[in-house]
Amino acid sequence: MSALGGVVRSGVGRRRVQTVVIGLVVMIAVTAAVLGGSLMVAAEAPFDRAFAQQHGAHLTAQFDAARTTAAQLAASATAAGVTEAAGPFPITTITPAEERGPVRPITVVGRADAGGPVDAVTVTEGRWVTGPGEIVLHGDIRLPPSLQPGVGDVLSLPDLPGGPALTVVGVARSVSETAGGWVVPEQVAALTAPGATAGYQMLYRLDASGTAAQVDAGRAAVQASVPAEALTGARSWLTTRTNSAGNTVLFVPFLIAFGVLGVLMAVLIIGNVIAGAVSTGTHRIGVLKALGFTPRQVVRAYTVQALVPAVVGALLGVVAGNLLVLPVLAQTNAVYGTSDSGVTPSVNVLVLVGALAVVAVTAWAAASRAGRLRTVEVLAVGRTPGPGRGQWAARLAARLPLPRPVTLGLAQPFARVLRSATVVAAIAFGAAAATFAVGLGASLNEVRATEKHGDVVIFPGRPMSAPPPEGGPPVEGSPRVASGPPPAPDPVAVVEAITAQAGTAGYSGVAQTEVTAAGLTSAVEALAFTGDGAASSYEMISGSWFRQPGEIVVARPFLTATGTRVGDSIVLTDHGRQIPVRIVGEVFNPESRGMQVLTAVATLAAAQPDLRAVEYFVTLTPGTDPAAYVQALNTALSSVEATAEVVEQEAEEVLIVINTLTTLLTLMLVTVAALGVLNMVVLETRERVHDLGVHKALGMTPRQTITMVVASVVVTGLIGGAVGAPVGVLMQRLTLGEMGRVTGFELPASVVDVYTPVTLALFGLGGLGIAVLGALLPAGWAARTRTATALRTE
Amino acid sequence: MTAPVIELTDVSRRYDEGPPALDGVSLRIGAGEAVAVLGPSGSGKSTLLNLVAGLDRPSSGTVTVDGVRVDGLGEAASARYRRAKIGMVFQFFNLLDDLTVVDNVMLPAQLVGTARAVARRRATELLGTLGIERHAAAYPGRLSGGERQRVAVARALMNRPALLLADEPTGALDTASGEEVRQLLTDLHAEGQTIVLVTHDLTLAEACATRTVQLVDGRVAADSRLESVR
Ligand SMILES: Nc1ncnc2c1ncn2[C@@H]1O[C@H](COP(=O)(O)OP(=O)(O)O)[C@@H](O)[C@H]1O
Ligand SMILES: [Mg+2]
Repeated sequence: MSALGGVVRSGVGRRRVQTVVIGLVVMIAVTAAVLGGSLMVAAEAPFDRAFAQQHGAHLTAQFDAARTTAAQLAASATAAGVTEAAGPFPITTITPAEERGPVRPITVVGRADAGGPVDAVTVTEGRWVTGPGEIVLHGDIRLPPSLQPGVGDVLSLPDLPGGPALTVVGVARSVSETAGGWVVPEQVAALTAPGATAGYQMLYRLDASGTAAQVDAGRAAVQASVPAEALTGARSWLTTRTNSAGNTVLFVPFLIAFGVLGVLMAVLIIGNVIAGAVSTGTHRIGVLKALGFTPRQVVRAYTVQALVPAVVGALLGVVAGNLLVLPVLAQTNAVYGTSDSGVTPSVNVLVLVGALAVVAVTAWAAASRAGRLRTVEVLAVGRTPGPGRGQWAARLAARLPLPRPVTLGLAQPFARVLRSATVVAAIAFGAAAATFAVGLGASLNEVRATEKHGDVVIFPGRPMSAPPPEGGPPVEGSPRVASGPPPAPDPVAVVEAITAQAGTAGYSGVAQTEVTAAGLTSAVEALAFTGDGAASSYEMISGSWFRQPGEIVVARPFLTATGTRVGDSIVLTDHGRQIPVRIVGEVFNPESRGMQVLTAVATLAAAQPDLRAVEYFVTLTPGTDPAAYVQALNTALSSVEATAEVVEQEAEEVLIVINTLTTLLTLMLVTVAALGVLNMVVLETRERVHDLGVHKALGMTPRQTITMVVASVVVTGLIGGAVGAPVGVLMQRLTLGEMGRVTGFELPASVVDVYTPVTLALFGLGGLGIAVLGALLPAGWAARTRTATALRTE
Repeated sequence: MTAPVIELTDVSRRYDEGPPALDGVSLRIGAGEAVAVLGPSGSGKSTLLNLVAGLDRPSSGTVTVDGVRVDGLGEAASARYRRAKIGMVFQFFNLLDDLTVVDNVMLPAQLVGTARAVARRRATELLGTLGIERHAAAYPGRLSGGERQRVAVARALMNRPALLLADEPTGALDTASGEEVRQLLTDLHAEGQTIVLVTHDLTLAEACATRTVQLVDGRVAADSRLESVR
């Protein structure tokens, strides 16, 4: 073993560049894998774990009490595919008066017991309800603590006869999100507004629930077991699951894409590096075998030679990954309410073992070829490849009207087609990564841009004369004055001021309220518009913008959750009044997770005759200076309780994280690609050191040498870029498709089509950039080789 | 003798280990001379040639060639110096195996920036003069040793160098091929080409040299003019 050890040591020492390249490549790949793996764990595990513990409801169904009976519903537990059921529980919607925020209707379920066979709710604070007058609220982990109700709060219900009040006695979490609050069953009747239809909730677990189709089949079976039209709404656990993953589900598909890229590239380059080491070491292998090394020993020596730097690189990569993941986990913790403090040990182990296995297998495969060569063959192998393949390329290149060092370099990759092909692949990966990352970044920023609905916003309240107390600018939409939100400004005066102002292209006034929709257990946000400007500030997917009262526009998640399509009619409930509406269009609108209802103020007039626009958004004609416009408008608004301000989009934290990760991973892949090129050029230079000496003896200057070496990667770089850029576009499409699928959105063209021919051409040339980057360093070394020494290696 | 083409003054070249490869060598070689450097293996002959070619730098002393101080040149300047003034021929030919014969010969001119067509005309002419034009499109690997060395000589002459340096040009050749190359060098000298050649081959030295310099352990042991009756 000591002889073998000597071979390994000297091999690692002699091939310093290759050793460093292997170490770096493995390190970068492992870092990326640890990051990606951790995020996947963070994004997937919390919901499923909690859902299993609570025996979550695969199907949460709501029934019309007028069309079915409790006994019929109890019998639906035996419907095909249902394994367990809970209920019927009486259900209703209450709208407590709220001092702290907007009025939020709450779906209340009458349940005597937190436990049960399905949806065993976890009480996180206080206790479960024991009698009338008490309520347990659902603690939404995603809401900031200041907006969470606390134990001891009293909810007053002025809309109900007798104006009852409920005391919050506990906060509970239902992973299945079956209700906004729970009371004792006997209380529900008293909480149902006169005239409103009474309802029941049933919770089901299904034997097959993995896909939307399976859950749908379960819903159909339940529906068939009860009287027609009794089922008024049903929610799949898959929807809840999707929502629970929150923003980080956006990360997952593209992290997987990056992870796969990183691993493929590591395999490719490690293979290339090892194969190169073996080919330049062929003569040495012959000598070793002549000295009595067995093929097995040779293979082992070369495998260990690769594993030494790989182990070091992998360990460094694990450390780097564990450090980089911390700020990212801080984000996911905020989203899930989890307290992950680091990478799961299993991820570290899996990535470490996986990476080293890849290295070992690649190295073993490459070395065993050399180990099998017969000793005489190996010793007879000449130094230069000689005029073998690529003669045609050399002849062709020689004819080009370019300086000779350039044409000499251009022909070089054709002499070693296989090696060049692997480098083309590496460059293509790098170019694909860059194309993909920039495109995805652009897409996400476009998503962000769709959230901007005007150039100038007008909100209630007067501008403060002194600078705001915190020193910073006031946050958009936050109250201007300390004592409660100011009332909506006089619409006539505001609209007059806007329309009189030069530079106004269009405007819309927005009132925000909440409604419930048939089929949904919790209320959704509704934006009620006045004016003409809103239509142009949303991206339509299909259908058209609402044109008259009774028409609404929604996003895909709303359609999915309610099981409706554009053109369908649906009943909204607003302050106890039922408003039939027609869905006339689908927009891309990520607000409220795509559950917002957009409509005209007039649609809700029957329920809320006094509904007034609170904020106004103004679009400016091109060329208008927003600051000057705002100043003039504020002067015009001086007698109105309203303030205009330029809409500034602060960078969203999730977007910052995504952008940072994207940049980081792209840099990693580009580095790995450049390292692959560097390694190849080092090999070529070493193999051609004698020819380089000859060139220099004939009068080739250092600059001409560098030119020749850099030119030798031009073809490789161009092909790599030309292959990589389209692959990057394809990956961006696939990832966005996957993001759309996971989040339940249909993405508009402005988000998907982010590449222009010019940017694509630039990304194609990026491959050349990577190649030149990787070639520069060894080109410098080549220029500096001592001619006399090179010529002595005869 | 007119102004010397080569002037070495007290030149030494030491490596990290071992005795100096050259030790206080002073030498003046005039235009039109053909000098044979003789000496046992390891006596510093190749080192001397490399210093003259600007491929290596002396540890001390000065090397002047055709009025140019060669010992202080940077990498780029020495490359330009070489392609302007020096043609080199080696024992093992040092042809580029992946270029055809004519491409090998053209290369020095192309490195200077000569147009391909012009370089090609001169290369073909040279190959014709040396009697190997029929191999122009062949690769060096197909040629005999003597033919390869002719290609190397043609390449060395491409830029009409002031000085032709040859390091054991017949060392790797059989007797017949050696004779061809010997004749070639003799003819070149007769046309006025200044030549410095390193050799073991006394026949070669006698046939084409007008002067012999004997090196022993890096020092000039003898320097004698031959009576050339040409
Ligand atoms: N690059 C080098 N490094 C160390 N020693 C060298 C180097 N080149 C030549 N030498 C030594 O210098 C001496 C002269 O070498 P050289 O000029 O090649 O001899 P010759 O050509 O006469 O056979 C020898 O002892 C040789 O080992
Ligand atoms: Mg020698």
